[in-house]
Amino acid sequence: MMVDAKIPEGPLEKKWSKYKAAAKLINPANRKKLKVIVVGTGLAGSSAAASLAELGYHVSSFCFQDSARRAHSVAAQGGVNAAKNYQNDGDSVYRMFYDTIKGGDFRSREANVYRLAECSLNLIDQAVAQGVPFAREYGGYLSNRSFGGVQVSRTFYARGQSGQQLLLGAYQALMRQVSLGKVNLYARHEMLDLVLIDGKAKGIIVRNLDDGKIERFAADAVVMATGGFGKIYYLSTLAMGCNASAIWRAHKRGAFMACPSWIQFHPTCLSQAGDYQSKLTLMSESLRNDGRIWVPKLNNESRAANDIPESERDYYLERKYPSFGNLAPRDISSRAAKERIDAGLGVGVLKNAVYLDFSKAIKEQGKHKIEEKYGNLFSMYKKITDDDAYQEPMRISPAAHFSMGGLWVDYELMTTIPGLFAIGEANFADHGANRLGANSLLQASVDGYFIIPYTIANYLSGELKNKKADISNSEFALIETEVSDRLKTLINIRGNKSSDYFHKKLGKLLYHQCGLSRSAKGLMEAIEEIKQYTEEFYQDLRVSGSVNEINAELEKAARVADYLEMANLMCYDALSREESCGAHFREEYQTSEGEALRNDEKFCYVSAWEWSKVNAKPILHKEPLVFEFMKPSVRSYR
Amino acid sequence: MMKINLKVWRQKNAMSKGKLVDYELKNIDPHMSFLEMMDTLNESLILRGETPIEFDHDCREGICGSCGMMINGQAHGPVAGLTVCQLHMREFKDEATIYIEPFRAKAFPIKRDLRIDRSAFDRIVQSGGFISVSTGQAVEANTLLITHETAESAFDSAACIGCGACVATCKNSSAALFTSAKIAHLVKLPQGKKEATKRVLNMVRQMDIEGFGHCSNTEACEVKCPQNISILNIARMNWEFNKTGGVLR
Ligand SMILES: Cc1cc2nc3c(=O)[nH]c(=O)nc-3n(C[C@H](O)[C@H](O)[C@H](O)COP(=O)(O)OP(=O)(O)OC[C@H]3O[C@@H](n4cnc5c(N)ncnc54)[C@H](O)[C@@H]3O)c2cc1C
Ligand code: FES
Repeated sequence: MMVDAKIPEGPLEKKWSKYKAAAKLINPANRKKLKVIVVGTGLAGSSAAASLAELGYHVSSFCFQDSARRAHSVAAQGGVNAAKNYQNDGDSVYRMFYDTIKGGDFRSREANVYRLAECSLNLIDQAVAQGVPFAREYGGYLSNRSFGGVQVSRTFYARGQSGQQLLLGAYQALMRQVSLGKVNLYARHEMLDLVLIDGKAKGIIVRNLDDGKIERFAADAVVMATGGFGKIYYLSTLAMGCNASAIWRAHKRGAFMACPSWIQFHPTCLSQAGDYQSKLTLMSESLRNDGRIWVPKLNNESRAANDIPESERDYYLERKYPSFGNLAPRDISSRAAKERIDAGLGVGVLKNAVYLDFSKAIKEQGKHKIEEKYGNLFSMYKKITDDDAYQEPMRISPAAHFSMGGLWVDYELMTTIPGLFAIGEANFADHGANRLGANSLLQASVDGYFIIPYTIANYLSGELKNKKADISNSEFALIETEVSDRLKTLINIRGNKSSDYFHKKLGKLLYHQCGLSRSAKGLMEAIEEIKQYTEEFYQDLRVSGSVNEINAELEKAARVADYLEMANLMCYDALSREESCGAHFREEYQTSEGEALRNDEKFCYVSAWEWSKVNAKPILHKEPLVFEFMKPSVRSYR
Repeated sequence: MMKINLKVWRQKNAMSKGKLVDYELKNIDPHMSFLEMMDTLNESLILRGETPIEFDHDCREGICGSCGMMINGQAHGPVAGLTVCQLHMREFKDEATIYIEPFRAKAFPIKRDLRIDRSAFDRIVQSGGFISVSTGQAVEANTLLITHETAESAFDSAACIGCGACVATCKNSSAALFTSAKIAHLVKLPQGKKEATKRVLNMVRQMDIEGFGHCSNTEACEVKCPQNISILNIARMNWEFNKTGGVLR
């Protein structure tokens, strides 16, 4: 089956305005009669919930943290892109569109990406009006910096806490609507399933994490803004609670999942120091402007970094990519690091890192200059590792960071389930096979502020006359029972291993077989192993406590149960794509120089997967990607 | 490897009486973070069939504001300028005894163990911690000129992560640092001045309604703030409040 993205006809730069002009509207009196559920309060969810409430809809907003303000958007450091061209450096909506399509290795939709670039202009205005304290020049104008592999400066930032500030802007807009009685807020409520009535999304089943009660919520449409699932690798830059459960449950109810194996690994994260480790902290990519990346040339090197002479160091990025050097794009830098580490050249106690060395920069520019630029990062490094990066090189390694894949959505951001929308990192839409830095805060905000308010009205206008969904509907009762049974099953296993044990084990497997590089053999092995892990999980899991109380262990176990199923799908996704593109690197498909080999003839499509059954092969549907305005070219950084 | 003795506050729910319970941990790697030490303890509790300790945490990099506990009587532990998720075991001596308790305040009821209810903070923001601009109303961003210094100063106030360490540290359980940081962030910016009067009156009133105490200028909050939010924000709040004469005109 082909899936239809419903892209409006016409010239690229007219598509969105044409869509908006033709989309159905709902008059204010009628909007009051419609209810919308928004799951997630990150940039995508908060901005959507606030904007929809401003329009008059009745909104219910959910998150698993104890406050909407703690969604993981808060952790973004670098900034947000917009094609304002304030720097007069040749930026434009088209240029941003071009960079994003190329950055995504020609695996995203032209129409969506163009709209993203177009709406970026309004986002900065909106955020400034809300009071987001972006960096400013002395004269009072907004300041920009350059980010990841583009030639213009289009990144707006608020020191190293850009995500926090943008999120607080959206959160405050949301709180305003709560105070006006337009939004009901449900913090510490986790969505555990989706309810469909007559094939349409009409509600959700959630667990109140503070008392364990299972609750039902009905609405005329459901918006999923539940963020990324990179935490499936256990070690990642994501927060502990980030999960695949919400989108996975929607998938099992019929929403197609697109390209779930496309995960971005960030090259500059602090490396794992021990088995106990729960998280890999991201160190800003800006460090690569002055730091040089290297590993020893010798296997089994035992000398300290500073004792290894120049001639015995391999500055492999500079060697392999002379024109970009240490600033090669994320996917390429991460993969090169893994290659060195796998070859036994890794550094650190666990031999799992590469060096990021500032000695040359310090010698040339002076310590004070480096301190001025990166002082806060060096002190963060010191805080976490207890080592002084002014004296010896940092040890860094790649870590799972961003999920390009997610619920498949059409141009209206609607999934294959009518009435179920997906926005922000939870969907697959704009980033293709590799996301450009500072584009995802943008996508999350644009989806929520500027797109969903139009597209949801187009759908809801058709729901006005229909019977209102009611939580007394038998479908709600049925799914609620399924949810409770699922949770009880987990508690009743009473085995001998914690959910963290399984999560760590699964994460390690995925990192090696479905991470930075993949092969048919490895993926097929992984699929078999995941089957075994699943079996072991349901025989030997130990969850303490009961369903009807605060129970963090139960939350974790339910997430791991879903991760196991998601992992199976990821492996099938990676296996079926017999090409290399962006973050998806298949060892069998590379050039003689070891670079990604895309196959536009056979794989210029989005893989949209339909659920079949546990541990079985999912069903593949294809959305062909048509390039009308840009010609796919080879992405070269040599 | 370290040996650690813990005394952890265990309390089933808001109603029940809590108590300190002893746990002994061996083989603690000094490079572990404090929360990873807690994970290790929980793992052993689960396998022993006991109930693990509940505590809030999410980002584990000091920015979401979820985590927070009193460690030997200090919010977020002994090191200044960081959250407990960024604290490492090497800050403690081998064989140390560590007291772990929840943030305590009347306005922060305990849910279980170290988990508390901080929804009062959300309600303070709801009472006025925003600029009333709806999506689509904004003017071109560069028509609002804001000097570098003003933007930086607004950022310093806006950097608050809402963890509640200030309240837990204050002998009066005052939320003045949290509330004032939001008031100051918004009032320093031209776009936030329009609603300044209403905002300060409503937010200060909400602070009282929630049962937070008054600020008596001990400045302890600033010392324990992981984001180093300055008490100058409180001065600013008081100034803004006094300007209104205490009533909405
Ligand atoms: C460390 C880090 C740094 C980054 N830096 C940048 C950057 O500089 N620039 C950039 O553009 N991007 C950056 N990114 C990416 C970007 O931050 C994210 O892609 C984006 O913020 C995602 O926003 P979101 O709203 O989709 O999801 P999130 O902000 O993750 O929000 C998800 C929401 O869903 C809720 N939720 C999840 N599951 C459930 C459930 N089952 N039930 C109920 N609620 C649920 C959560 O509670 C939360 O409220 C960074 C990411 C990380 C991890
Ligand atoms: S867990 Fe987010 S601040 Fe500590």
